Formats: sequence, C-alpha cells, structure tokens
Amino acid sequence: MITLEKRPEPSRGWSLATPLLAVILTVLAGGLVFAALGYDPVATIRAIFYEPIFGQNSFYYLPQLLVKAGPLILIANGLAIGFRAGIWNIGAEGQYIMGAIFAAAAGLAFYPSESFLIWPLMITAGAVGGLLWALIPAILRVKFGTNEILVSLMLVYVAENILSSAAVSWLRNPEGMGFPGSRNLSQWDAASNPEIIAGTGMHWGVAAACIAVILAYVLMARHILGFQIRLAGQSPRAAAFSGVNPARLVLICMGVAGLLAGLAGMFEVTGPARKISIDFNVGYGFTAIIVAFLGRLHPIGILLAGLLMGLTYIGGEVAQQSLGLPLAAIQLFQGMLLFFLLAVDVLTHYRPKRTQRAAS
Amino acid sequence: MNIDIAVFLASMMVAATPVIFAAIGELVVEKSGVLNLGVEGMMITGAICGFILANATGSVFLGVVAAAIGGALLSLIFATLTQFLLSNQVATGLALTLFGIGLAALLGKPYEGVRVDVIQPISIPVLSDIPVLGTILFSHDPLLYFGLFIVFAVWWFLTKTRGGLILRAVGESHDAAHALGYNVVRVRILAIMFGGACAGLGGAYLSLLRVPQWTENVTAGVGWIALAIVVFASWKPGRLLIGAYLFGGIGFLQLHLQVENVPIPVEVLNASPYIATIIALVILSAGKSGRSNAAPAALGQPFHASR
Repeated sequence: MITLEKRPEPSRGWSLATPLLAVILTVLAGGLVFAALGYDPVATIRAIFYEPIFGQNSFYYLPQLLVKAGPLILIANGLAIGFRAGIWNIGAEGQYIMGAIFAAAAGLAFYPSESFLIWPLMITAGAVGGLLWALIPAILRVKFGTNEILVSLMLVYVAENILSSAAVSWLRNPEGMGFPGSRNLSQWDAASNPEIIAGTGMHWGVAAACIAVILAYVLMARHILGFQIRLAGQSPRAAAFSGVNPARLVLICMGVAGLLAGLAGMFEVTGPARKISIDFNVGYGFTAIIVAFLGRLHPIGILLAGLLMGLTYIGGEVAQQSLGLPLAAIQLFQGMLLFFLLAVDVLTHYRPKRTQRAAS
Repeated sequence: MNIDIAVFLASMMVAATPVIFAAIGELVVEKSGVLNLGVEGMMITGAICGFILANATGSVFLGVVAAAIGGALLSLIFATLTQFLLSNQVATGLALTLFGIGLAALLGKPYEGVRVDVIQPISIPVLSDIPVLGTILFSHDPLLYFGLFIVFAVWWFLTKTRGGLILRAVGESHDAAHALGYNVVRVRILAIMFGGACAGLGGAYLSLLRVPQWTENVTAGVGWIALAIVVFASWKPGRLLIGAYLFGGIGFLQLHLQVENVPIPVEVLNASPYIATIIALVILSAGKSGRSNAAPAALGQPFHASR
C-alpha cells in the first residue's frame, strides 16, 4: 500500500516538473478522448501542437498565438496574486467585459475626435471599469464578510447582460443599420489598438502583458507586499500576528486582478475584437484561471502557460478546420489539463511511500 | 398586470426544483467538510447525459437515472483528486466546472435543437381537484415531488440518524472523527457522490422538463446559485427550501414581466436572479456578527492522516 508523507518543504524539482508532467499526461489522455470520438489521435495532437508553429500555414497562426496569449497572461497575473493570498476572484470574465465597455463608452463619447488624448483616456477607463467591478465583491467581503467567490461569479452574469444591453442599445453603432454592435473601434485611428510590429500579432495588450509579468515578479519576489500576500496565503494567523491587514490585502488583490482584467478587455475591444458585440467575451477570464495554476501562480510560469494555452486555442481552430474536431473538445482538453496539474501537484508537497499496512 | 396567485406559486415550485436538487446535494457535501465548486459542471453533465439517454431510449425515467449516474461519475474525479491526491478544493471544483461544461458541449453537439418527450405532470386524483391548493400542490411532475422528498430525507438523515451524526462529525472536525475510528475519506467520497447525483438530477430537470430541447448553455449559472443558496440557508435543509423558492419566485416574475411587456429592459430582468442572489448573500452575511458562523468547521480543509 502506498501512503503519502508530507514533505517538510515543497519540492523545488517537482514544482518545476509537475506542469510538464501534467501537459504530457493531458496529451496522452486527450489523444485517447479524441480516439474515442473517432478522430485520429496522432493527427489531432499534431494539428493542435505542431501545425500552428511549424506547419505550412504557421505564418498565419503564429501572430494569433500572441493575440490569444496576451489577454490570458494579463488576466492570469492579476488572479495569481489573489490566489496566492487565498483570495478567490473567479469573476475575471465579468471584469474583462466591464473594462471593455467602460473603455468603449469613454472613447465613443468623443467620436469622431482624433485627439491623442482619447487612447490614454480609454486605457484609464478600461482599467477603472475592471477595478470597480472587482471592488464590488472585495468591499462586500471586507464590509460584510460576503463570500467573494460567489459574488464575483454572479457579477459575470450581470456583466454579460450589461454587455448585451450595450451592444443592442446604448453603444450601438448609429450608422450600423440597426445591427447590434458598437462602432468599429479598430478603424478609428484615435482608438485603435494596432499591431506594434505589423504581422507579429504583437499589439499593445501583449506589451502590457509583458510589463505585467515583470511588475508582478518584482512585487512578489522583492516587495514587502508580495511577502505579505504569500504569508497570508500560507498562514493567515501568522500574517495577522505580523500586522498584515487582511482587509487591505483583499482590496489590493481583488483590485489589481480587476484592473488587469479590465485592461485586457480594453485592449481586446480596440484590437482583435474590433468592437463591442453581444458575443464579445469568449471565456478568457475563466481560461486565465487554468493559466494561473498551470504557471504555478508565478509570473514567469504564467507567461509560458499563457503561450501554451494560446496554442491550444489556435490548435483547436486548426483541428476544427482540418479534421472537423468540435471546438468544445478544446475546452474539455483545457479542463483536463487543470485536472492533471492538480493531481500531480501532490508530488510537490507529499512524498509517496510504500508501507506495510499497519494493523489498525 | 395581474398574476394568478395559484399559478404563481405552482410555477415558483417548478422554477425552484433544479436549484433544490443541486443545493441539497451540495449541502450534504459541505456538511461533510468538502467544498465542491463544480456544481455547475456536474449539473450540465447530468443534463446532457439525461438528454442523450432519454433521446435514445424514449424513456424519460431512464434519462433521469442516467443524469444522476453521470453527475455522480463526474464527481468521482473531484473525489479522487481532493481525497486521495489532496488537491486544493477550490481549484479542483473550478476545474470540474470548466471540464463539465466542455464535456457537455462536446457530447451535446449532435443534439443541438433536438427535442425530447418531457416529464409529464401527474394529477393526483381527488387532491388535484381541490380549488387553488390542487393547482399549487398536487398537479406537478413526479421529479418535483422527489426533490421535496430528498430535502426531507436529508433533513431526517442529518438530524435523526447515526450516519448523519458521523457525517457532521467529519465535517466539523475530521481529526476527531478519524481518532474515533471513522473513515473520513470514505464518508466524504460518499457525500461527494451524493452531491454529484443530486446535481445531475437538477440538470436533468432543466434539460428534460424546463427547456425540453438541448441548448449548449442550459444551466446558465443555476449551479452557482445553488452554491449561494446553501450559504443563504446556513446549511439547514428547511431554510434551503425557502431560499430556493425565493429564487424560483424571482425567476417566474422575470419571465412573466417579460411576457407582459412591462417597460423594464430585458437585460435588467435577466440579470435580476443574480443580483437578488448577491443581495441575499450580503444581507445574510451582514446579519451575522463576527465569527458566529454556521459553516461546518472543517469546510474546505484537506484531510491527511499523518499516522
């Protein structure tokens, strides 16, 4: 019989190896699932992981990689800070939507001005939108002790309804012949978020994601606040004794996550998504949760995990086009990845030991 | 606007039933000290399993059974990860929801827009002829009555039986329960599977009765509302019914106002159940001072028997 023995310290080696192990296990299990669905497993896995990078159409898919990974990395970095402190903001999808709506509304209020102030105004509005939406559960938690998991998630549904009302009524393009959706922001120079280097997919949101990785790294590794966040997550009592103010920590962690999610929404609506529409949100806020864990809640890890997750999105599209694999299969694949990661994570904290079953 | 009060109460009971199923299952899970945030994923998996089997066999009853089995099987993944591999319950529950939604979307792809025979209401003879009360109480489908029965059975189990006492002991202090010789992990796995089966039934109620047609996002956050209602109910089955009926009443009003063309934007109506849930959670948590909390003491904590 095998029992688990708690390691005195989490293993550094396993901590690095488990994400890789999880990816390998997911690829194997995913292949089985694809085979069970009647697809050639090798061809499917190849379409997902190989074709977008090395295939003959990679010139088209590679830029898409950054476009998908950018918002995931941005959002996941914010979430990871909270997760480390044991603060569970799972409503990033709503904060992402609100960032986009705030940014679009602030910009469109000045349409068709070409002032250079519009772009910074929209960035600020996007950040504020996400921040405010995240502060609702944060303040309710601090003031009344309301569960932030449930409130932040309920607010996703509220945000989705605000989004659809924006798309069909108050942000609708007056020249759009009655079709839902706002004006095309990417065709309006003052508000567009173009590629910084044409043909790379590298837009300002990707640049913001890279900056967020660096800032998050500095915060968690070098700043006293980062230490307090880690302490509060590992031992709330010890944190309280050392003078950490838990209310302040909740507000900061939720606020930062909301701000980054709002920014991601802003860069998306002005760039790849081009406008506010009913189906603007595609679940980045939820996938970012997987990215945060896959990256072991570490900024550099999140950068790599975001790229990998972006690859599964694009690979999913490739597999859909070339093999007819339903897109939902990729969602399943991503969910499986998180399962395997959580499963093999036991090796980081525990040591499996073969024991004789003692008489009990 | 006029609402027939009997129709209102009857529709409220129907609208509340999926939430009742999911919430009563989660209540048992949380009473054993486990927080499973995967309710939404288990519900939607149950919904599609029930739908597929009902479609294939033409039997709604088999569909309902399949939904319960599907939900329970999915919850076994959660049970394995959290109980044997000691993973974080919050993260694993989220993974279960993401996985379940993906699984249901994949399995449901060929069934989009397909209809099935729905669960038919049964009119209990004599009783359903009573004016008003007959409409409210005695002319529903069997699954609705089964839901009420489960709530009663859970109340009875938790408060009146030895098994319920053990389950609560495990949820309050797993170390003490372990020291007394109870198998903490086994109790928790059974509770998790019960929760999964109930969530599956709730999902089947949605896909086989409320919306008798497969749509990809059939649960639309009902699983999360069920989680909120468990908190709202302070982990008491009786109060859970009140919470679910409040939610059901809001759901009915929402549809009714929409049909009556009341000048309230449809988005406000659609968002109202979620806003109402938030308000209910806030009122409840504000009413409690400090740490006098009804939550099971070991809720969400992993159990590792060190010797």
